[in-house]
Amino acid sequence: MIELTLALGIGFLVGSGIWLLQRPRTYQVIVGLSLISYGVNLFIFSMSRLRSNVPPVVSSGAINPADYADPLPQALVLTAIVIGFATTALFLVVLLVSRGLTGSDHVDGREPN
Amino acid sequence: MASETMLMMLIVLPFAGACFAALFPANARNAETWAAALVTLGTVVLSACLFPSVATGTPVRLDIEWLPTLGLSFSLRMDGFAWLFAMLVSTIGFLVVIYSRYYMSPDDAIPRFYAFFLAFMGAMLGIILSGNLILLVVFWELTSIISFMLIGYWYQKADARDGARMSLTITGIGGLGLLAGVLLIGHIVGSYDLDVVLDSGDLIRSHPLYLTATCLILLGAFTKSAQFPFHFWLPNAMAAPTPVSAFLHSATMVKAGVFLMARLWPVLGGTYEWFWLTGFAGAMSLLLGAYFAIFQRDIKGLLAYSTISHLGLITLLLSLGSPLGAVAAIFHMMNHATFKASLFMAAGIIDHESGTRDMQKLGGLFKLMPYTATLAMVASAAMAGVPLLNGFLSKEMFFAEAIETHADSILDTVAPYVAVLASAFAVTYSIRFIHAVFFGDRPDDLPREPHEPPFLMRLPIQLLVLACLVIGIIPAVTVGPFLHVAVVSVLGEETPAYSLAVWHGLTVPLVMSIIALAGGALLYFLLRHYLAHCEEGPPYFRRLKGQRIFERVLVFVSWRGAKLVETTFGTRRLQQQLRLLIVVALVAAFIPLYNRGFDLGVLRWGQTDIAFGLLWMVGIACAVGAAYQAKFHRLVALILLGGAGVVTCITFVWLSAPDLAVTQLLVEIVTAVLILLGLRWLPKRWEDTELGRAPLGTKVRRGRDLLLAAIGGLGMTLLSYAVMMRPSPDSISEFFLLKAYEEGGGRNVVNVILVDFRGFDTFGEITVLGIVALTVFALFRRFRPAPDTIDSPEQQRIQAATDEARSDRISGQTVSDYLLVPSVIMQWLFPVIIVLAAYLFLRGHDLPGGGFAAGVAMSAAFILQYLAAGTVWVEDRLRILPVNWIGLGLLIAACVGIGSWVFGYPFLTSYSQYVDLPVIGKVPAATAILFDLGVFSLVVGATVLMLIVFAHQSIRRLRAAKISTTTMEEIV
Repeated sequence: MIELTLALGIGFLVGSGIWLLQRPRTYQVIVGLSLISYGVNLFIFSMSRLRSNVPPVVSSGAINPADYADPLPQALVLTAIVIGFATTALFLVVLLVSRGLTGSDHVDGREPN
Repeated sequence: MASETMLMMLIVLPFAGACFAALFPANARNAETWAAALVTLGTVVLSACLFPSVATGTPVRLDIEWLPTLGLSFSLRMDGFAWLFAMLVSTIGFLVVIYSRYYMSPDDAIPRFYAFFLAFMGAMLGIILSGNLILLVVFWELTSIISFMLIGYWYQKADARDGARMSLTITGIGGLGLLAGVLLIGHIVGSYDLDVVLDSGDLIRSHPLYLTATCLILLGAFTKSAQFPFHFWLPNAMAAPTPVSAFLHSATMVKAGVFLMARLWPVLGGTYEWFWLTGFAGAMSLLLGAYFAIFQRDIKGLLAYSTISHLGLITLLLSLGSPLGAVAAIFHMMNHATFKASLFMAAGIIDHESGTRDMQKLGGLFKLMPYTATLAMVASAAMAGVPLLNGFLSKEMFFAEAIETHADSILDTVAPYVAVLASAFAVTYSIRFIHAVFFGDRPDDLPREPHEPPFLMRLPIQLLVLACLVIGIIPAVTVGPFLHVAVVSVLGEETPAYSLAVWHGLTVPLVMSIIALAGGALLYFLLRHYLAHCEEGPPYFRRLKGQRIFERVLVFVSWRGAKLVETTFGTRRLQQQLRLLIVVALVAAFIPLYNRGFDLGVLRWGQTDIAFGLLWMVGIACAVGAAYQAKFHRLVALILLGGAGVVTCITFVWLSAPDLAVTQLLVEIVTAVLILLGLRWLPKRWEDTELGRAPLGTKVRRGRDLLLAAIGGLGMTLLSYAVMMRPSPDSISEFFLLKAYEEGGGRNVVNVILVDFRGFDTFGEITVLGIVALTVFALFRRFRPAPDTIDSPEQQRIQAATDEARSDRISGQTVSDYLLVPSVIMQWLFPVIIVLAAYLFLRGHDLPGGGFAAGVAMSAAFILQYLAAGTVWVEDRLRILPVNWIGLGLLIAACVGIGSWVFGYPFLTSYSQYVDLPVIGKVPAATAILFDLGVFSLVVGATVLMLIVFAHQSIRRLRAAKISTTTMEEIV
């Protein structure tokens, strides 16, 4: 059940993001990209299967890998979050410079006829 | 010196010489010539020294492994044929270098000339000596590229640029064809090694792909050797300096094509297809080239068409599939190189001394430069095939082959007539060249007063002409042994008996020669008045210019065609492009699922959790709400976006990913602040009151977008559900869990992966982060706010107006008191957050936290100060210098990585140890923590830099206002 919930959550995040990607205003696109990045991060994270209360922080002594969550997708997602932030910032500045240069916040830099 | 070493030196020397020559100052003409002459002389000596090893009959080989898995090795191989060519190339190269010293003007860029000249020679030697077909193609392409540089040497001239571009386009296309052909050969044979390929003739000829491979390889050879129908680039390449023409278009570049045909002749030749392909191209080039050459006004144009014709002759000889034909072809390659190089150099002298190459303007130069004239006459006679000269010998062999029947077809029947006709034309244009330039009336209007050139400029021609004579008179003694070694290396056991004597008795070929000589002379006698005044180009064909057709095609392909494709299939609208991208992504995801089948897995309820369900109901509502509100209510959308982010964050906590939760939460805060800072510069937008009454077209478009979004969302749901329902496969994660503490010295496996196991990846990632931050910084330097956003925001203006209206308040008081209590708290939070960041950093190796999280937390501390007190206030008190943080972070990370080299370990090997500190207790001390410190520093720098440049935009208005008031004051 918890899997279905998360799967639905991912679907709605990505779906909302795809809808926004196709909108004409730059601000809509940046919100859309952020939503998609949540969805994709959760998707990658879900590759480790869902388990509660087993963080990959090992104790001393003999280690049984089955006692811990898969750390690899987490490491991937961790850097993805930071890089995602950087690209959001980059897109934001492009958005603002484009708005300043063209006077329009349309994605093509000019209002449709 | 061992033969293998000499072979290597033969390739390395010209390239090294080219690098060396490029370093000279622009005016060092003599030093350059010395250097280049030494290099070329070196290659001559090396080639000469290799002859004893080659003469034994087994090729000298040198193999260096390059990419052995792909069957690629750097193999050099020299047999008799390669030796003959190497000798030819290096000797003529040497002579041209001496000649160039006097030809090139002191104003020309001499280092560039010699550097490319020597590099070209190296590439050509590379083609000749390659023992691997792929390596051959590499050198082949190199000659195309360097010849582009040489033909376009005088790049200030339009015709040089056009000629260079055309030759590069044509030979480049051919080179691609050759590559494809070679790959096919490799596929058929299973090896690219030349020796293996040469042994697999029967296999290749019987393979179904034989014809395709042959066509592709011949495409390469024909374009390079300027064979019909690709011949037209060669006359246009005459815009090159004459030494370049003398080298490229006599001995090297164009000879590469026929060299390759002769090289692969034992493998590809002898079939009916080969006969037709090469025979037709050869015969056409032979005849048309000779015919066109008659009607040229430019001496170099005449020589260029003559070259096409002579190469056609060689191609025709190679088409016959008879060993004797191959012998004649190899012999003629040498002879043509000798007399053509000398003729080009003579043409250069005439041009240099008289200032023109136009044969209708020249005349009577014999009296002024008798030596040069005599030399040119002998060389022309060789070109025309006059007895006692080398051209005569190979032409006799050609005639003898032409009358033989090889493959019963029309081409074979007409071959003798074509041969005689083309030879007659050759006689005509040779006489024309000599008569028009050296005899007749001396014109008064020459740009310069001609006189004999310096001795050393003439010396190369003298030597070459001497070779023509010696080979022509006593061939068997002089060139015989070398030619024999070359012929045996190509033909092997098939080597026929041939005789290099001048006199064979009164044979049919001799009669043909006499007819050609007499006919050619008669033709010139008839045409002489017409030729003295005619337009450029042969009658009727004049209008059909290969160059024009080529340029039309080029314009069509590169401009109109491209534009057509763009207008038909392309769009400049981002929405369409993104939509296309989404469709492509959906299709790409669908195809493998459709092909391999998609199994959703069992729908089982399993672990139920109402709280988690409720959490995601909120999350989904936030996501959909953000999508719905992003157009008209940006702040609402931002808050909802944050809501979705927090739900994501809680999900990470819930599902055993505390590190992700911490990082996500902190990044969430910083992103929100960043977007808030940006919102101010966006235009105001009011919701349409007539919502729901949008035009039908808009509704349809929105419906389609919604459909795409729904498909994408549903697809992600199904896909992630299907994955989560499957048991986890074995992965390397187990290794990380087992080794994290033991080898990484940390308990937090995620952190150990980031800073230790996969430290190099992280190093790359933080570099990217730094670059992005600098890009944001650089882009904002160009930022100019839109005019309607320059004024202070509406809220501030309303508050300022309130102040004005009330007598007990000072203007601006409300704005400055805005959020007074929170801003005091924010200022006090500064040290608290720094401690938090330090805490997150230090515990990172063992518990959730680490450099990334700590870095973002630290930057939050800085940005809160900006928010609380304003940019000016903060920057008066605190200098952050984020770029230094970025640099320092990268430096620390790199130094930690390099540090492991000192101890003899690979880059970024980490070492861990627990240290007992007094009071604090046991502290983990892994070098990975130092690396994490670099990550921390860089993340702080990058994040703060991005936040600050956004924050800085708010003081633009103040600055702009200040500028405008000062100008006002100045005016007053």
